[in-house]
Amino acid sequence: MDVVLEAFGQAARLIGSFDQKLVEIVLLSLQVSLSAVAIATVVGLPIGAGLAVGKFPGRQALVVMLNAMMGLPPVVVGLLVYLLLSRAGPLGEFGILFTPSAMVIAQTVLILPIIAALTRQAVEDAWHEYREQLTSLGARGWRAALTLVWDIRFSLITAVLAGLGRAAAEVGAVIIVGGNIDGVTRVMTTTIALETSKGDLPLALSLGVILVTLVVLLNASAQSLKQLTERRYG
Amino acid sequence: MAVPQRRRFLLAGAALASIVTTSPLAAREEYITVASTTSTQSSGLFEHLLPKFENETGIKVRVIAVGTGQALDMGRRGDADVVFVHDKTAEEKFVAQGYGVGRKEVMYNDFVIIGPKTDPAKITGGNDVLAALKKIKATQAPFVSRADKSGTHAAELRYWKAAGIDIGKDKGPWYKETGSGMGAALNTASGLNGYIFSDRGTWLNFKNRGDLGILVEGDKRLFNQYGIMLVNPAKHAHVKKTYGELFVNWVASPVGQRAIADYKINGEQLFFPNYRPQ
Amino acid sequence: MAEAVASLANSVLPLRLEQVSFVINGRAIIDRVSLSVEAGSRTIILGPNGAGKSVLMRLCHGLLAPTSGRLAWNRPERPGERRRQAMVFQKQVMLRRSVLGNITYALKLAGVSSAERKHQAWAALERVGLTHLAKHSARVLSGGEQQRLALARAWALQPEVLFLDEPTASLDPGAAAEVERIIEAIHGAGTKIVMSTHNLGQARRLGDEVLFLHQGQLKERTGVGQFFTTPSSAEAEAFIKGELPWLYHNDAVSSLPAQRSRR
Repeated sequence: MDVVLEAFGQAARLIGSFDQKLVEIVLLSLQVSLSAVAIATVVGLPIGAGLAVGKFPGRQALVVMLNAMMGLPPVVVGLLVYLLLSRAGPLGEFGILFTPSAMVIAQTVLILPIIAALTRQAVEDAWHEYREQLTSLGARGWRAALTLVWDIRFSLITAVLAGLGRAAAEVGAVIIVGGNIDGVTRVMTTTIALETSKGDLPLALSLGVILVTLVVLLNASAQSLKQLTERRYG
Repeated sequence: MAVPQRRRFLLAGAALASIVTTSPLAAREEYITVASTTSTQSSGLFEHLLPKFENETGIKVRVIAVGTGQALDMGRRGDADVVFVHDKTAEEKFVAQGYGVGRKEVMYNDFVIIGPKTDPAKITGGNDVLAALKKIKATQAPFVSRADKSGTHAAELRYWKAAGIDIGKDKGPWYKETGSGMGAALNTASGLNGYIFSDRGTWLNFKNRGDLGILVEGDKRLFNQYGIMLVNPAKHAHVKKTYGELFVNWVASPVGQRAIADYKINGEQLFFPNYRPQ
Repeated sequence: MAEAVASLANSVLPLRLEQVSFVINGRAIIDRVSLSVEAGSRTIILGPNGAGKSVLMRLCHGLLAPTSGRLAWNRPERPGERRRQAMVFQKQVMLRRSVLGNITYALKLAGVSSAERKHQAWAALERVGLTHLAKHSARVLSGGEQQRLALARAWALQPEVLFLDEPTASLDPGAAAEVERIIEAIHGAGTKIVMSTHNLGQARRLGDEVLFLHQGQLKERTGVGQFFTTPSSAEAEAFIKGELPWLYHNDAVSSLPAQRSRR
């Protein structure tokens, strides 16, 4: 237990000292995960919204598949993207493997289903509430979907933050496609894995404390945003 | 009001975009990709060696540390420019198949048997690896194997065979195959208070020792040879031939060899340069 | 207004229903209703709970499709053209934006230019007395205020027909009176009113003619005065007398003393 306490202390010292390496690692973690979330949102939001209001054959099967993909194991995604980006693979000529771009791609694949599925759920729930009124006013199809998405924007932010939390916390995908290269593709989770394998558990734990704090802050802000906006906008 | 809200969202989006597009993701530098092993990385050798090369040549060395098996696979796929591992048999096969060229034997270190101070198999102080392994099997004391096709794992299997033990058949619940890197396996051994076969470098740099210590060392058979080679540009045209060769030759050069010898932990040398030009 | 805009040939009225039924799971919520909705008068759809008033309104407005029968407007709505009918529901659904924004949204859908939108939205708010709440978030308004906003929104669209589904059922008497006043004003401006209610007093106050619905069937169609003094159907009589229970069963009616004495 005092290992944990020591970790908190070490974490505080690391943060306070603005250790160059630590700053680099945290910044890269944020950049990779934020990029992945940005792309996943741009792609996933329309997919989710379209699936929620759309009526076409096979829709139900798509919904089930999307929900199932939320549980994609990161390490499997990492392996698949690795095979895709490897020089021996179909996209090898771009030479993206072992760069932050590869990590962004892997994490985007990982959290796209999460954002799309959560969006679909939120928009579908809203659609049940708004359908009659919007149809009465003459809003149909994409028009209605867009209106719904804007109206439930705060719930969607929560979905986006959920995706960000998942991305920031995973290690399986980024370690395979990134290679955990010092100064290039080393992020918080892969550093924790490395320090653990070096047996430096206190350091690994203190980095873990920092990571968990970040994720907790993310979730807390999501929650308070939800409450604040519910009170203001109803 | 809908309009000021939209503005707030756009500002957030712009801030996000600016975070995303700055520095590392857009950086461009001269570098080579070296596939090496977890034990080499865990020993800390690269942190000591690579800056010297980078300062001299301006070329960055990006090391991907995986098991020897995976490192050689990376070479086969063309995902690395240079391979730096320690499994002579596998390396020679790699070259024979045409995937590697210009192989040089550049350094060695040794393996040791790590175990609990309580030592149920009574092997402490010995310098005969085969005898020690026989005793461990006889006692059925917990033994952690990396079981990951790494150079260390390959060596471990060779010693079992040399000791006359068919470990594939004779293993029991006492033989724990973790399928992991050296550091992770050491963590497991530390947690189990079991025996484990490790390279000296990783052990000296390892901080979670628990009750473990070096019990058997010094056997000439525990010699562990490292080889470095360029991934064959004939098989993969994009391989950075010039820079890769520069690195391979540098490691074999007097400067590189001295740098290897200079690396010490607590005054103890980990790797011994042994390049001899053919 | 609407009358001036729509010439007879251009008007969407009359709406004709021919043997329209709406059957779900074998139950006929609407059972072979035939009627014609003409311009001008204020039509009240009256009936006990469960009679099918809401479903009938939704069929007329196009939110539901009949399972059999024909439903046709004088001319079909053309795509890209603003809607000629609007509906106010019992429970309001407001967008997560300002009071003014909810009206400008509807106007935008109707194809009104952005400059005109704000102007028309303000005018609508003035008519219902909500200008002091224009910048407020629509969803935090009280029930009565939201209902007035819904009316303002519908009015701003200048529809030819306004459907109202029990608009005051969940309001207190003060708010209900305010809503009735607005409905009257909308009618005065030329919009056809079709309103459902189970409130007899409201029907008497606001209606010109009554469509009495019972168990999905149109039992009676008469002028308001005549309906209340001399209803022609037994069910209507029972309803007016307040003897009809909330949830209706065939057996229950035939066992009523009024029915037995009639036979």
